[in-house]
Amino acid sequence: MRLSDTQRLFSSRPAPVRDFSDVMRRLHIDGPLLSGILLVSFFGLFVLYSASGENERLLVNQAIRLGVALVAMIIVAQLPPDFLRRWTPWGYLAGLLLLVLVLTKGDVGQGARRWLDIGIRFQPSEAMKLAVPMMTAWFLHDRQIPPKIGQLAVIAVLIAIPTIMIAKQPDLGTALLIAASGIIVIILAGMSFKLMFGLGVLAVPGALGLWHFMKDYQKQRVLTLFNPDSDPLGAGYNIIQSKIAIGSGGLFGKGWTNGSQAHLEFLPERHTDFIFAVLGEEFGLLGVMGLLVLYMFVIGRGLYIAVQAHDTYSRLLAGSISLTFLVYVFVNTAMVTGIVPVVGVPLPLVSFGGTSMVTLMAGFGILMSIHSHRKLLPH
Amino acid sequence: MSLLSPIKDHHSERRMFIGRVVLASFVSFFLLSVVIARLVQLQVFDHELFAEKSQGNRVRIQAVPPIRGLIFDRKGRVIAENMPAYQLELIPEQVDDIDDTLNRLAAINLIQAAEIPRFKALSGSSQRFKPVTLKFRMTEQEIADFAIQRPRFPGVDFQPRLVRHYPYDDLFAHAVGYVGPLDTNDVQRLDPARYAGSSHTGKTGVEFSFENDLHGNAGFRHLITNARGRHVVANTTELLDSLPVDQNATPGFNVHLSLDLDLQRAAYNALEGRRGAVVALDPNSGDILAMVSSPSFDPNLFAVGMSTQQYNELQNDLDLPLFDRVIRGTYPPGSTIKPMLALAALETGATNLTRKSVCIGYFQLPGDEHRYRDWKPQGHGRVNLHDAIEQSCDVYFFEISGVLGIDNMHEYLTRFGLGSASGVDILGERAGVVPSREWKRQNFRDRDNQRWYHGETVIASIGQGFMLTTPLQLAVAAGTLATRGSHQRPHLVAAIEDPLSGEHTLLEREPPEEVAISNVEYWDEVLAAMHDVMQGPRGTARAVGTGAAYTMAGKSGTAQVVTVAQGVKYDELELEERQRDHALFIAFAPFDNPQIAVAVIVENGESGSGVAAPIAKAVMDQYLGYGKNATQ
Repeated sequence: MRLSDTQRLFSSRPAPVRDFSDVMRRLHIDGPLLSGILLVSFFGLFVLYSASGENERLLVNQAIRLGVALVAMIIVAQLPPDFLRRWTPWGYLAGLLLLVLVLTKGDVGQGARRWLDIGIRFQPSEAMKLAVPMMTAWFLHDRQIPPKIGQLAVIAVLIAIPTIMIAKQPDLGTALLIAASGIIVIILAGMSFKLMFGLGVLAVPGALGLWHFMKDYQKQRVLTLFNPDSDPLGAGYNIIQSKIAIGSGGLFGKGWTNGSQAHLEFLPERHTDFIFAVLGEEFGLLGVMGLLVLYMFVIGRGLYIAVQAHDTYSRLLAGSISLTFLVYVFVNTAMVTGIVPVVGVPLPLVSFGGTSMVTLMAGFGILMSIHSHRKLLPH
Repeated sequence: MSLLSPIKDHHSERRMFIGRVVLASFVSFFLLSVVIARLVQLQVFDHELFAEKSQGNRVRIQAVPPIRGLIFDRKGRVIAENMPAYQLELIPEQVDDIDDTLNRLAAINLIQAAEIPRFKALSGSSQRFKPVTLKFRMTEQEIADFAIQRPRFPGVDFQPRLVRHYPYDDLFAHAVGYVGPLDTNDVQRLDPARYAGSSHTGKTGVEFSFENDLHGNAGFRHLITNARGRHVVANTTELLDSLPVDQNATPGFNVHLSLDLDLQRAAYNALEGRRGAVVALDPNSGDILAMVSSPSFDPNLFAVGMSTQQYNELQNDLDLPLFDRVIRGTYPPGSTIKPMLALAALETGATNLTRKSVCIGYFQLPGDEHRYRDWKPQGHGRVNLHDAIEQSCDVYFFEISGVLGIDNMHEYLTRFGLGSASGVDILGERAGVVPSREWKRQNFRDRDNQRWYHGETVIASIGQGFMLTTPLQLAVAAGTLATRGSHQRPHLVAAIEDPLSGEHTLLEREPPEEVAISNVEYWDEVLAAMHDVMQGPRGTARAVGTGAAYTMAGKSGTAQVVTVAQGVKYDELELEERQRDHALFIAFAPFDNPQIAVAVIVENGESGSGVAAPIAKAVMDQYLGYGKNATQ
């Protein structure tokens, strides 16, 4: 007889493990997903401490944000998917209204009008990150999929309205991510490959048209990507310095809090958008791969939940949330390593920042809600 | 799936969805693989390159300025030293907007608005990461004020530096000279490697002429800096260990002068601030013992930096304090040349020891009404050569000038060192003029002016006309008389000392050029006459020499001010005083064994024997141990 069995025999209380999983179930929390999120977040706090120049106040600040976001996640997880679905159109309309308010009355920060002050300052575009895929999934829920051309056109309008409004703030990065979250929904809904290819071909002149409308600083970012050395002290500086940071990290890194690029302030925005470079410098390829594996686990769990979901709305929404998370990870890491232009996309769960953390966690809350509210019926 | 049926087929929908999720997973995996491939490229294949770049980023090579050599007087007393001071410096590479930064510094009174263009020019021309000094000596209040505002001025900081200090202020200002901030010309002229950390260079005097010895060589220090170039104290050994080896700066050589502090002070005080110059040297070696140009200025103003207003005041001062009269002031030598002309006349047979003139107060050339007047209107009566020197009879020299001729005059005066650069070891010397027929041909355009006129020979015989000499040349001539023809090249620097090894290197002396006089009696007679100038019954300077504790020889001179000194503006109030004659005097002592030769000029002092001679005596008194401070 093993020791643990003996303990169980003589214990008057129920096994704590059993008790814990019970609590988790009742709170609609998905254990594996939560573990992945927490691992990424704690790793992130570690890196942030170093990236912020060992600033404890900033670390505590981020930990509090994390706690608040986790509470938001748990609250969202209690809302059944049916409830979410019913309220989706209203949420979407409210989001649009807020965006209109931003464009007319919003606060200006760093040359862009993104903030709204209604008691607390926040960016309504963050809410749209969830509202757009929810709206798209809502639209397709009762309809037969794959959607037909006419339906796709309606969806295109639903996606385009907030995207254009956000792009006008201007916040091109968020606009593109929101558009992507909607497009992912229709791709998951089975949009034909022919159509995707056709739209892809149309996107080329579209991109050229977009270039025409881009602001100078946005054009500069794209041009800088192709030749960062052309403007080493201006737009190319961030990329040059982040590549030096990552490259000099090597396989094993310079060690925690030993990154000279970060600590001697060569690396700009090192605790926000470019925190991945600090990770690369101090923990090397090994640390970077570790974080990517954790991310893949979170995304994989999200896709698993999507596959397990029971209705169209839940399925599409869960798939979109998981894949959008992947897009965040890809865009940020690709931007920091100089593969794509610098767009203001933070590294999810790791970069310092408030609103985006709550949105992300709310998204995970939806995943948990979808997974835990399944009616356990045989198919 | 039927197009007609609106009923959803949940099973096929789920299958399709799974297919899409699998596809999305592949795409996701592909995207992450692209990032991973990129990371492998950066962190594995290009790691060396980026590691090097990272090192280059954080390590800045900072030049360490060498310690400038000290300057000592002949008794080892320091007359130029280095004092620690806080300087305000700007590193152009670390300043985003130089104009804005300078304007803001001017707004808080750390720099002057008028200096901004100069700092801007320097910021543009200096080497990479070389600081431009904005203020050379910050007061404690300024340091405290700036420390608070420092974050507002990235690229500007205060640094402890050694600043040149001249403890005797204006006493050695012209001879030793001063160092000043590097200007754009200096930056182009000087070796950038040696001056990598330097902010100053010698501008005049010994500081300029011996710059090469005094300066030393810059060293290098490797600093860990942050992105804004501020030095960061490394808190990890990993960062410190990665630094290359530093190289120490080599200090400049110390310079030992032949000048004597006490004598310099005695000469300076004797001049009492009047416009003029005093040079004293050891006739046996050419050692310059004292070298004073008056009025003087405080060289520390140049080393520390002064306001534009202060500089303009110095520059526009009618008394020309910045002008080194000793080597650059040219004056008619007047009667001081008479002993030398006497030797020339004896040697060439233009006169002899017994020939006498009857001086009636003026001289006329045959067939010319013009009277060349003696300084004594009633005349000196019957005078021989000895009397002519002792009493400074002009008529005697007027009479023999025709036979002697201007070219002989030129020949002998040149041998005594007049009218050509003395070759002293500080730069900037003027040659002056001892005219000759050839000289006049070459220096005048007009054919009539190129001719040499007899009357010009007459006035040249009493050191007037075209003749111009520097006080230093007169001192050298006095020394050559004192040593009976041993013409020593004068010098200020006696030895150079390596501060690390303590090894002294004496500067090489050229052997003296001998002024050959065939008959020793000529020397005896001329020098005896010079002795009697000071100590004879009718000597012009007997009031000065009589009763002295030692024997001496001298010759007074009074020079008409034909042209006012260079650069002086016309000023009605000053006019009268500034048109008075210059007072000159040359002397040496003790008579039997000369140890010191002196030349004195007091501009517009009127009387060589009355004004200049007492100054010469005060200097000789001091040197021979009879000075006011002799008991010290």
